Amino acid sequence: MAKMLMKGNEAIAAAAINAGCRFFFGYPITPQNEIPEYMARELPKVGGTYVQAESELAAINMIYGAAGAGARVMTSSSSPGISLMQEGISYIAGAELPCVIVNVVRAGPGLGGIQPAQSDYFQATKGGGHGDYHLLVLAPANLQEAVDLMEKAFDLADKYRNPVMILADGVIGQIMEPVEITPYQPYPDLPPKNWATTGTAHSGGRRRIINSLFLNPDELEQHIQAIYQKYAEMEKHEVRYEMYHCDQAEMMIVAYGTTSRIVRSAIEKCDRLGIQVGLLRPITLYPFPYKAFEQVIDQAKAFLAVEMSMGQMLEDVKIAVAGRKPVNFYGRTGGNIPMPDEIVRKVQDILGGRSA
Amino acid sequence: MKTVYQKSAGLTDIPMHYCPGCTHGIIHKLVAETLVELDMLSKTIAVASVGCSVFAYEYFNCDAQEAAHGRAPAVATGTKRVLPENVVFTYQGDGDLASIGMAEIVHAAMRGENITVIFVNNAIYGMTGGQMAPTTLVGQRTTTSPYGRSRVGQGSPLHISEMLATIDGSAYIARVSVHNIPRLNAAKRSIKKAFQMQLENKGFSLVEVLSTCPTNWGLTPVEALRWLEQTMIPVNPLGVYKDIEGGA
Repeated sequence: MAKMLMKGNEAIAAAAINAGCRFFFGYPITPQNEIPEYMARELPKVGGTYVQAESELAAINMIYGAAGAGARVMTSSSSPGISLMQEGISYIAGAELPCVIVNVVRAGPGLGGIQPAQSDYFQATKGGGHGDYHLLVLAPANLQEAVDLMEKAFDLADKYRNPVMILADGVIGQIMEPVEITPYQPYPDLPPKNWATTGTAHSGGRRRIINSLFLNPDELEQHIQAIYQKYAEMEKHEVRYEMYHCDQAEMMIVAYGTTSRIVRSAIEKCDRLGIQVGLLRPITLYPFPYKAFEQVIDQAKAFLAVEMSMGQMLEDVKIAVAGRKPVNFYGRTGGNIPMPDEIVRKVQDILGGRSA
Repeated sequence: MKTVYQKSAGLTDIPMHYCPGCTHGIIHKLVAETLVELDMLSKTIAVASVGCSVFAYEYFNCDAQEAAHGRAPAVATGTKRVLPENVVFTYQGDGDLASIGMAEIVHAAMRGENITVIFVNNAIYGMTGGQMAPTTLVGQRTTTSPYGRSRVGQGSPLHISEMLATIDGSAYIARVSVHNIPRLNAAKRSIKKAFQMQLENKGFSLVEVLSTCPTNWGLTPVEALRWLEQTMIPVNPLGVYKDIEGGA
């Protein structure tokens, strides 16, 4: 298929259908409405089902029921709606159900605003709901990557029986870029869904139960430890990141999603000023690419986390750097986007007021 | 020797945890017998809720999902949309369905989801120790209405069957009781009718079963049955509130 000019939200939806998603349950919220609208329009054409839920709470529990029945299923929302889904996401993680959740992040807290932000990083990567669990979190920086990650997300969810979140800021949802959606190739060796509740007629009479309730503390501990074994496997096999312009870098900027694109412009400007700056771009926010920092820890004089938040990924950068080099932060929040010149000035400040 | 009665094949051998005199066990039995009689047990997915019946997934001899508090109709929606040929039912108490899960049950009915809901109404929160429910009668003492539920400030009991019967998407809504054998037999007929509606793709069906809670009502099992009959039923009249096939 040739490249098409698509809006981010629509590209994400198209990629999901391409990856075999046939069930979508959601609730309207800006700035992600083009995803449910696309699904409502396109899913019936491929024999799929779109249901507009009465709330995000209901939507995520419909996901639970559909995933429990073995379907490839997704929902999408934006920050306040994702907050409402946290209860269900916790149950989905506890019951080990595969699904994909797209968060087209807008600024918060509270009703916040509808402009892009990255201020849901903690919620996405550290659990979000109650209890011991993580989502596998993927952060695309452009629409082609959003398409590719969207398709991978379903495979990863099935592979690990764990919910996967696409953390896309409002820019990714709303911009238009050329994308190519090629015939989908699933991961080889995806495990059979021999846990799905489809009626005992399908399972030789063996009852299957989807559940996250374990009143016996030893049983619950074992269950959680088994889930954490999966996270250990994810850390080994699924960490994704990009290193850019690092060879001579005396300063490393860490940024993901839309912010990483702005940082690239800042790096070009720094280049012209004779300042060598590199970019470490996490693509998986959980598991976070801590080990990638070892490649540049000796050469970099300092690190700079740039985010559209008050500094959330910053904490993971500090864990990775572990006090060996100074870690700085530059962020804009509330729906504001950092400008390349602002980032350049911050780099100059950190490196000792080198003049432009 | 001839076997004249035995446990339904629709129930597992796991011992039930319900209190003596609680009618959950009877209601489980009626649902299980119905699924066996309709020959749908092996094609059924039960959705358990949060409350005394949280372990229903252990007792029904079929596939099951355990839902978050109040969300069983949403979970059942997801499952039924994926498996339209299977039977999907929720088993919910009055705290679960009539309080925290009000939006989910109303909208499942509104969409005409082709699921069956077994709604067990005992006018109190049982599992958490006898707190006031939206279905608690005016004047009824609970741990959170220790002076009796007051119409002012605490309100009057919600009438779920009457309410859901007003929704176009509902196909069959009935309130039944299991406090004596004739009522129990009538309850069984309603439950069977509800599942038959689902098998015929008629839409949303719900059977509200008035149930006892001797432990939290502070009554003996026999007194509890009498209280149900003499005090609950006048406030919650039995009957078929909706039947698109013309039975109401």
